[in-house]
Amino acid sequence: MRPVYIVGVGQTAVAEHWDKTAQDLALDAGLQAVRDFSGTIGAVYVANALSAALGNQSNLAPAVATALGLRGVETLTIESGGAAGGLAIRQAQLAVAAGLADAVLVVGVEKVSDVLDERREAALALSMDADWEAFHGVTVTAQWAMLMRSYMHTYAIGAQEFAAFPVNAHANGVANKKALYRFPISADKYQIAAAVAAPLGLLDCSTEADGAAAVLISATPPVGGAVIRIAGSGVASDTVALHSRTDLLKLDAVRLSFERALVQAGIERSDVDVYDLHDPHAIAAILAFEAMGYAARGTGYSLGTVGAIRPDGSVPLALAGGCKARGNLVGALGVAQIVELCAQLQGSASTQVADARIALAQCMSGIANTVATHILVRDA
Amino acid sequence: MELARHWRQRNARYRLEGSRHSTTHAVAFPAAQGSEWLPYTLSGRGSVLTYAVVHQASTGHDAESPYIVAIVQLSEGPRITAQLTDVSANEVEMGMQVEMVTRLMGDTGPDGLLLYAYKFRPVL
Repeated sequence: MRPVYIVGVGQTAVAEHWDKTAQDLALDAGLQAVRDFSGTIGAVYVANALSAALGNQSNLAPAVATALGLRGVETLTIESGGAAGGLAIRQAQLAVAAGLADAVLVVGVEKVSDVLDERREAALALSMDADWEAFHGVTVTAQWAMLMRSYMHTYAIGAQEFAAFPVNAHANGVANKKALYRFPISADKYQIAAAVAAPLGLLDCSTEADGAAAVLISATPPVGGAVIRIAGSGVASDTVALHSRTDLLKLDAVRLSFERALVQAGIERSDVDVYDLHDPHAIAAILAFEAMGYAARGTGYSLGTVGAIRPDGSVPLALAGGCKARGNLVGALGVAQIVELCAQLQGSASTQVADARIALAQCMSGIANTVATHILVRDA
Repeated sequence: MELARHWRQRNARYRLEGSRHSTTHAVAFPAAQGSEWLPYTLSGRGSVLTYAVVHQASTGHDAESPYIVAIVQLSEGPRITAQLTDVSANEVEMGMQVEMVTRLMGDTGPDGLLLYAYKFRPVL
């Protein structure tokens, strides 16, 4: 297998783009990513979870490819819920590494603002079990809330112990011009925020918003500038229904996908300099850090309380604002994470981790029923 | 019309019918596939493993919010996701003993098919 490099990136603002379609957003990000590329793009992979449900349009990839002037190119649309972006990166890495294409463009796009909250919740609930979960009125947010309550009950901790995660995300997001929310929040405000799905409050729930991101993956390293390689890629799955798991607080697909990515990259857990996780709520990041072995079970929350997740900490998280402040791009998240982490490895991020060389991106569908983990390494 | 989609789940939704393994006597809900699994109606007794209060509901449930959803540990072994009913959020406790009841969940819209299914309430 050949090494695989990132040679172009693009990203739109995360916002309510009333005047733009999903195709418009995808084109914007895609054009940015291919601007300086003169080679042949062998395929276009589009990650999108919700367009069929919310936009009356499935199979976005040929529309995006055609708009980019790549009519005739091989296309693929990937709709694996919140894991779609990561899975699209994975497929592009495989195609380039195997020599099937010298360059593949991955575009993640999501357009959620055309409908009201109830329909958006219903669309997000498509990633859970339709008959045995969603039918009963459970939302993905409510599932995270149930895990948060279970965690608080099992380890006897209060809701205030979760505050550091959204506080950190918002602090980091202030400088990100593409973030949805560019204001800080405090732990005090976290505690008095209105309930969305108790015990989850408003300041511990991300907002889904419109946006696109694009990554151009190539077998040839870029000329000049930082050389960033996709060193590790791992995907894993778990039961769709949360109640089917023996241990609710154990995200096995996170562990498996992380371990696979780590082995492929040939690095140790402690080698990673900067992280971006699927963190719509603090509990999601906490359980992911525990599943990856960065904290013993029942102690992951302390990565927040001791400041380890801050830009100068041992596991810097959500430097572009995370799902909470940057906004939750659902199926496009996994692509936006790669764009943001490339900026970290180039030393040009809006909130920068000093001398970051190895980055980890992770996204998931539902409650980790599909998880994709990628490890980026700057070689030069 | 989505009659068949709901009709085929009637035994599970109306009377909590799962299946039991003919030799190990393990109980599955929803029913497991395979000739060694025979239909088995669960007792409907269980305890609240965890729960949350939904304020921002999805289409079809928005008129009911806020409502309580839970994962219930059924006494025969399987776990189930369902709403809690006949109880207010501040009365629910982790581990609370609950029992199944049949309640109206909603309808399929203009065609008027009413959807009934299990919810759980504190044991009377």
